[in-house]
Amino acid sequence: MDKNSDKRTDGRKPEELRPISARVGIIRKADGSAMFRIGDTIAYAAVYGPRELYPKFMQDPTKGILRCRYNMMPFSGSGDRVRPGPSRRSTEISLVTEKALLPVLNLEEFPNAVLDVFIDLPQTDAGTRCAGICAASMALADAGIFMRDMVSAVAVGMVNGRLLADLSYEEESTEGEVSDMPVAFTPKTGELTLLQLDGGVTKTELIKALELGRKVCREIYSVQKATLKEKYSGESGEED
Amino acid sequence: MGLLVKDKDIVVPGEDLAIGMDYLPSYGTFREGDGIVAAKLGLVSVEGRVIRLIPLSGKYLPKRDDTIIGRVVDVTFSGWRVDINSAYSAMLSLKDATSDFIARGSDLTRYFTFGDHIVTKIINVTSQNLVDLTMKGVGLRKLDEGRILAVNPYKVPRIIGKQGSMVGMVKDATNCRITVGQNGVVWVQGEPENELRAVAAIRKIESESHISGLTDRIKAFLEKGNSKE
Repeated sequence: MDKNSDKRTDGRKPEELRPISARVGIIRKADGSAMFRIGDTIAYAAVYGPRELYPKFMQDPTKGILRCRYNMMPFSGSGDRVRPGPSRRSTEISLVTEKALLPVLNLEEFPNAVLDVFIDLPQTDAGTRCAGICAASMALADAGIFMRDMVSAVAVGMVNGRLLADLSYEEESTEGEVSDMPVAFTPKTGELTLLQLDGGVTKTELIKALELGRKVCREIYSVQKATLKEKYSGESGEED
Repeated sequence: MGLLVKDKDIVVPGEDLAIGMDYLPSYGTFREGDGIVAAKLGLVSVEGRVIRLIPLSGKYLPKRDDTIIGRVVDVTFSGWRVDINSAYSAMLSLKDATSDFIARGSDLTRYFTFGDHIVTKIINVTSQNLVDLTMKGVGLRKLDEGRILAVNPYKVPRIIGKQGSMVGMVKDATNCRITVGQNGVVWVQGEPENELRAVAAIRKIESESHISGLTDRIKAFLEKGNSKE
């Protein structure tokens, strides 16, 4: 990155997100589904359930359980084939996705049942777990699940001393000091549901980064909200 | 202060609906602080001081006294387990299934066997979502022929129409017998071509229910099919 210029490698301003587009209800057989695209990263999420959980010993009579599966498709990266099946990385991301979504869900509504969320990424360019969480939260809303709030996620980071929002793969892999922080917020209450960090930051940098994350998550939320409303616009709920 | 949304607005989870104590939260909403917040995706319905959400999507939630169509998935000692197109399966016990005398240990598949579809009614739903069914009531029976299709359970009122006007129209035009379960399972029986037309009409109702003038469009759709013959 050119240190003298204010622009980033792809011409964005420091706080600017990549172009976002989203759709809901794209997978017919699923109970709820969504696509979330940010720049060249595309995430599809499908929600199945609540449905009966087997094997039976996994059932919890006090509440339902949430199962997330994050998966990068073999051809999704920038040339190297991603080996199919769970890996150390995808297992971790599945787990943090689950933890990021749990605070907004009310699982007591469906004891003994399971809510399955499948997230697949056909094309990736950094920020995949955040795109996955955004898509999953929309898919859950589409599936008519009781939720306290939506969840919006974005990666923020420091690249050679500059605080940037929504890092692209090129920025993430810049030579020098890079720190990458995926964060997720509930837009209404502003609660933090995901915070991870690659690299190092000082305390002041961290606080600034979180503030930026909270701010840009609002932008993502407005896209999520508009997309969900658009699908159902025209519904009047009246009998004809 | 007051209402932040209009009646019939679409809202997403977490959206503020009202501020202040002038309104009361009902289905699909909850109170947070002194505001009312949406807890799911739905259509706002304000009736007096009560705010509630009409759900637009999601799995069928079993409700007492609903007439539904289920599929027998298991035969046990004391009854039948029935898949009701919901998150939970339901139980049809012997005493609610028939008034016949059934000797201990006799073969229950004589009445209903695996894969049978039945029109049945929910008599009870517990807090753990255990659902009990009955076959005692008008129109509750085993379905022998015809075809089954699944629709969005929240579109069922539109498929039935006011006092059954919509489904009645499809029945008359296609000469089919149709039963619509509250759980979104529909049974259609008639001449094969007529069955297909009825299914097409139901699918059309399901996908276009939010566009106004539905009745007229379905009428035109059915008449077009009739004139072709």
